[in-house]
Amino acid sequence: MGKTKIKDLTDEEYLHHGSLACAGCGALLAFRHALKALGPNTITINSTGCMAVIMQMGVPKVPHFHVLFENGPAVMSGVEQALDIMGKRGDTNLLVVVGDGGTADIGMGSLSGAVERGHDFIYLCYDNESYMNTGGQRSGTTPFGAATTTTPVGSVVKGETRPMEMRKDVPEIMIAHGAPYVATASIGYPLDLIDKVKKAATVRGPSYVHVFASCPAGWRSDAKDSVKLAKLAVQTGLIVLFEHENGERTFQHLPKKRKPLREYLELQGRFKHLLDDEDATRELEDYVEGKFKAIEG
Amino acid sequence: MTEVFFTGNRAAAEAAKLVRTQVVAAYPITPQTSAVEYISQFINNGELKANMIRVESEHSALSAVVGASIVGARTFTASSSQGLQLMSEGLYFASGMRLPLVMAIANRTLSMPVNIWADHQDSMVNRDSGWMQIYCANAQEVFDNILQAYKIAEEVLMPAMVCYDGFIVSHVAERMEIIDQEQTDMFLPEPDLTKRPLMDPKNPLQFGEVVYPDWYPDYEYKKHKALLDSPKAIMDVGREYGELFGRSYGMVENYKTDDAEIVFMGLGSLTSTTQWVVNDLRDCGSKVGLSKIRVFRPFPDKEIVEACKNAKVIAVIDRDIGYGTSGMLFPDVTRALYPLASRPKCLNFIIGLGGKDITPETIKNIHETCEKALEGKEVETVNWPDARKYD
Ligand SMILES: Cc1ncc(C[n+]2csc(CCOP(=O)(O)OP(=O)(O)O)c2C)c(N)n1
Ligand code: SF4
Ligand SMILES: [Mg+2]
Repeated sequence: MGKTKIKDLTDEEYLHHGSLACAGCGALLAFRHALKALGPNTITINSTGCMAVIMQMGVPKVPHFHVLFENGPAVMSGVEQALDIMGKRGDTNLLVVVGDGGTADIGMGSLSGAVERGHDFIYLCYDNESYMNTGGQRSGTTPFGAATTTTPVGSVVKGETRPMEMRKDVPEIMIAHGAPYVATASIGYPLDLIDKVKKAATVRGPSYVHVFASCPAGWRSDAKDSVKLAKLAVQTGLIVLFEHENGERTFQHLPKKRKPLREYLELQGRFKHLLDDEDATRELEDYVEGKFKAIEG
Repeated sequence: MTEVFFTGNRAAAEAAKLVRTQVVAAYPITPQTSAVEYISQFINNGELKANMIRVESEHSALSAVVGASIVGARTFTASSSQGLQLMSEGLYFASGMRLPLVMAIANRTLSMPVNIWADHQDSMVNRDSGWMQIYCANAQEVFDNILQAYKIAEEVLMPAMVCYDGFIVSHVAERMEIIDQEQTDMFLPEPDLTKRPLMDPKNPLQFGEVVYPDWYPDYEYKKHKALLDSPKAIMDVGREYGELFGRSYGMVENYKTDDAEIVFMGLGSLTSTTQWVVNDLRDCGSKVGLSKIRVFRPFPDKEIVEACKNAKVIAVIDRDIGYGTSGMLFPDVTRALYPLASRPKCLNFIIGLGGKDITPETIKNIHETCEKALEGKEVETVNWPDARKYD
């Protein structure tokens, strides 16, 4: 499949203006781009989280069902099997959209079950690294050191203490399931994101796209920096963009020379306390270093 | 019409096949399991054209049939006990979406302590989830009620549970009659999909909206009203079923209650034992009757009042317990009778928990307590005749 160029993008929008999202919401962009990739013949299932709330009052122009927090993939299993037996599937894309909490934590069983059964659908996780809809609590993808409302900066413990290596790495879990297509993307690279969602739609069986999506409210960053942060996460090497298909992994936008982590950290209130804590920043740097060693071999 | 020798679970599976269920999603739990195993066999034999989703949990089973239903499929699921509890969040989700789902429940108690046998704890704790609840006393009723439940649910657009006692009904084979495919198709045509909104890219709609406080009570009232009005559909369908196949059904089956001074009330298979005891007691000259409650949600106020019109003592038999209060059938019965100018004395009997055998002696024991009350003696309101006492 050819790479999408800006001039190829449809002017059509599949989300109405005026959603309840915060200014600079990365999650909203992830959904917007995904729908541009898929077009109007798409049924969307959306687990509880910020996205489900900001879609309220008729934002999507495609069928949209806000389900429970943990059951998006199970509901979609039913949709897929019903359309199949009724002979109504045609070319309809089936898209499940869930946050990191609904994916890595409470909905892991439902996702794992649906992928293992091999249903033909696309799963998009928008990862803002915390439970934002409930006010920014820590999730299984919250990075080491990040301050959230349940991992606050205290006089003794400062932010999330679980090491980066132990974060729940859902794309790898999906690869271990044998999902035919697994990719990571970032709202900082919309064309790459669109390519990946398009690819996911052509694959038979479950495909999983994990999208890094900035959240100014949770990260205590400036709305204008959302795209910049989503790029910096990749440029510093914290996030690696890849596609995994037929047992092969290819990388996209892999930085030849990584930017200093500090550039990424200092734009976010959630990491402010780390800036003069050498041990903590070293933990993050070592993580990136180790990851790139493995990639570069 | 064919005479067969089926267990309750086999009868449930047979009914699910005859209604041409399109999507089945279920997770194994004793004593429901064999119902779903039969359906799997029907599908793999090509006898039923349906997709079976072998989900990883009951939460997902219910979620999957919600998904199938919201694009228009006729669905089936079944559960018991811990499985139904794991679904509990989804029960409200499904009824709030006004989906005509049908679920078979092979009743089993809830842990702890661990116990796999029959009581009504599992379905009773979910009685206010917006699902209709129909209780069965034998395999024939399981079959008849599941067929009817589809027609009722698709008419009132609320989901329905068809409950039958684990092992006692689910695993005991009985002689019963089934109808054939042609008869079923005549009784239950394909669902009318114009009656409700569906997920369809040609007509994009949004489901699962937030409703703010000003409008929320209105939505709740509509769900409540749908159940309050559903007896019409339940009665019409029960009558039609009778006209076509010889067994008609109502909300409640009142047996010898017209002149009864003592009326027993209960759900499920214990009503068969009780009916036997009623005959026995009648032979001995006691004026007793039985009100066998078929439909517990919506609650059959009218029929209960009718059953109690000449009664002096009502024995509400609960195979469940609301810890710290009474059985769960009891408050509904007393509420229904409360507006009456002269009310019978209402007693509650908690029996048969965790599969404890309900024998004619158990019911006769209840009757003795009722006789005492009839004579004006002091008796407890909530009684546990088959449990050992430690106080
Ligand atoms: C069973 C259940 N538990 C808890 C909640 C409360 N809840 C709603 S959304 C949410 C967090 C969502 O986090 P995530 O999936 O990361 O999405 P985000 O809000 O960040 O977009 C929580 C905890 C719920 N709705 N249901
Ligand atoms: S809190 Fe974050 S994820 Fe939620 S709407 Fe605001 S920016 Fe988007
Ligand atoms: Mg999140």
